[in-house]
Amino acid sequence: MQITSKRTLTFALSTVLTLGLVGCATTPAEEETSGSSGSGGSGTSETATGTVEVFSWWTGGGEEAGLNALVEVFNAEYPNIEFVNAAVAGGAGTNARAVLATRLEANDPPDSFQGHAGAELMDYITAGQLEDLSALYEEQGWAAVMPETLLPLITVDGAIYSVPVNIHRANVMWANPSVLADNGISIPNSWDEFFVAAETLEAAGIIPLALGEQWTQLHLFETVLLGELGTDAYNGLWDGSTDWGSSAVGSALATFDKVLSYTNADAASLAWQDASQLVINGDAAFNIMGDWAEGFFRVDNSLVEQVGYTWAPAPGTAGTFQFLSDSFTLPKGAPDRDSAIAWLKVAGSAAGQDAFNVKKGSIPARNDADKSIYPPYLQSAMDDWGSNLVAGSLTHGVTASNAWKAEIDTALGLFLIDGDVAAFQAALVTAAG
Amino acid sequence: MKTIKRHGASIALLLPSIVVLAIFVYGFIGVNLSISLTDEQGLNAESNFVGLDNYFALLDDPRFHIDVWNTLVFSVAFIFCSLFLGLGLAILIDQKIRAEGFFRSIYLLPMAVSFIVTGVVWRWLMNPAEGSRMSGLNLLFDTLGLDFLINQWHLTPTWGMLGIALPAIWQMSGYTMALFLAGLRSIPEEVKEAARTDGASEFVIYLRIILPMIRPVALSAIVILGHISLKVFDLIIAIAGKQLSLDVPAIYMWQTTFDAYNFARGATLATYILVSVAIFVIPYLIVTSRKERA
Repeated sequence: MQITSKRTLTFALSTVLTLGLVGCATTPAEEETSGSSGSGGSGTSETATGTVEVFSWWTGGGEEAGLNALVEVFNAEYPNIEFVNAAVAGGAGTNARAVLATRLEANDPPDSFQGHAGAELMDYITAGQLEDLSALYEEQGWAAVMPETLLPLITVDGAIYSVPVNIHRANVMWANPSVLADNGISIPNSWDEFFVAAETLEAAGIIPLALGEQWTQLHLFETVLLGELGTDAYNGLWDGSTDWGSSAVGSALATFDKVLSYTNADAASLAWQDASQLVINGDAAFNIMGDWAEGFFRVDNSLVEQVGYTWAPAPGTAGTFQFLSDSFTLPKGAPDRDSAIAWLKVAGSAAGQDAFNVKKGSIPARNDADKSIYPPYLQSAMDDWGSNLVAGSLTHGVTASNAWKAEIDTALGLFLIDGDVAAFQAALVTAAG
Repeated sequence: MKTIKRHGASIALLLPSIVVLAIFVYGFIGVNLSISLTDEQGLNAESNFVGLDNYFALLDDPRFHIDVWNTLVFSVAFIFCSLFLGLGLAILIDQKIRAEGFFRSIYLLPMAVSFIVTGVVWRWLMNPAEGSRMSGLNLLFDTLGLDFLINQWHLTPTWGMLGIALPAIWQMSGYTMALFLAGLRSIPEEVKEAARTDGASEFVIYLRIILPMIRPVALSAIVILGHISLKVFDLIIAIAGKQLSLDVPAIYMWQTTFDAYNFARGATLATYILVSVAIFVIPYLIVTSRKERA
């Protein structure tokens, strides 16, 4: 999720490094693979040997720290399996997916790769590139500890194809408490309330809503859709039960259009961190971003919650947890299948998830984690995750396949240029097929 | 037998690069073409032959219209300005000025950095933020009282690509200058002397003698700048990320291929880029090969 301004610089370098690592990794993996049975990782953890090459886009900040913490747990559990980090830099996996696609097309999969749980994995599932992990779920008893709201979203024809390690919340509105106090407003509960507050803020020379580059605008778009349509209708957009051409969607798009008019003019030149920074500096009052922004406020900027920043569910989405989840998979033809399964066991374990998520700044996918070790925001997110309705995030790969998402993204891009709401809706209807 | 002996060594030396070229350039162009004639989508998916459907679909694609417009705006501004700036600088430097080497290096230096580095620096210079957050060039204009120059740079609607062309011109006009300077230096002094003896003014000498004589250099420069402008990708990504108002075929190709796994459309876009570059390069190659034969 981290999009750093350095990503473009580091991309070329990291690709070279990754390819180097891959090159080094394959030979020992082939040599050391024990010829043990293929069903669900055999032998005790101390005697298991091999190499596990894990592909992700966690290369910086809390993400890399989280991955390292998870690897530490893995190394303690399986001291004789070598962990090979095949991470490719780039926010939301945009660069990593290109490398991954190339490797999968060439039948050279890593032992396990990261993917957003949900429709984003459909491409791999329909291409027959992922193994069904239902047996592993049964063996590890994960069905009982993974949220029953999440499992249906990652189940295809009764089979589960990935192991979720964390949950992020997408529908969060962040605000600057002193700007709110100075202008006598509070975080709006609906977009109509937001428009009233926005008028006050604009009169005071403050940007009502800080916004960044196009993917953050897609992110805003999905939270506006959720807030205006309600959870059921929003979820219906993705299974076909809500009509993209309906007047309800039309009025949600009109709301989105109006929301955009209260954002900063230079949005397209800002990364999400820059947009959050506007809120921190008091140039802007609000920002909508996933809860990885919480780490940016609390850790990177050493702010105290409720003093330097505050949050609430995005307007109209109280009681709904719009989520995204990172997960690990088992590709068919993984060079060292047993070690990959060992990795998945650790990724799905309570110890692994607690180690990972405290560093990453997300909540564990399991519902039996040790709540006390998490900071206050994440504790409240865990409460909400347990009690709220659940909706998936479009921008972060839960609700729509890659192809569909790309079409929506293009439609949004065209809309940002011409501002034609009707054409936008028509393009969304076409995209939905 | 003799010929084989005589040419054997050179053939053996050339063979590896011929084989590699045949596979990795022409072979892949062929594979790309064949994918563009199918409906291949998704990883390892089945695909059917659909003829030129993808090409016609692209012509109706509003995003592709933006791409073509942006490429056009960028190419015209970039090639035109780089040529004229380059020629102007070359003529100035050719006046046997003092510290010529110093100025030449200064103008050439931008070429030594990559488009990514240029992009990151200019992203800051062309920051379109207003008010207290103003920075870069806009802040400079504001400080100097040149408020009318403050603008949205690459975020200007419709003409944003001109903002992207700016750093490209900055980077490549020095290189164009080097090309022209070499051309100017290759003109024998006697020709100019003869013209001066006939009473031609310096202006006429440039217009009637020097410029026509460096036309081949200009042609090379246009070809080099042209293919850079048609393939521009990294500069835009570094300055503006991926957003549709600054979309070009190369970015569309990247996104549709690797984000959406729409390999057929990606291959179609790749073919389009190849053809548009070929329109630039092939006439040039024909002209030069004719000249070499003559």
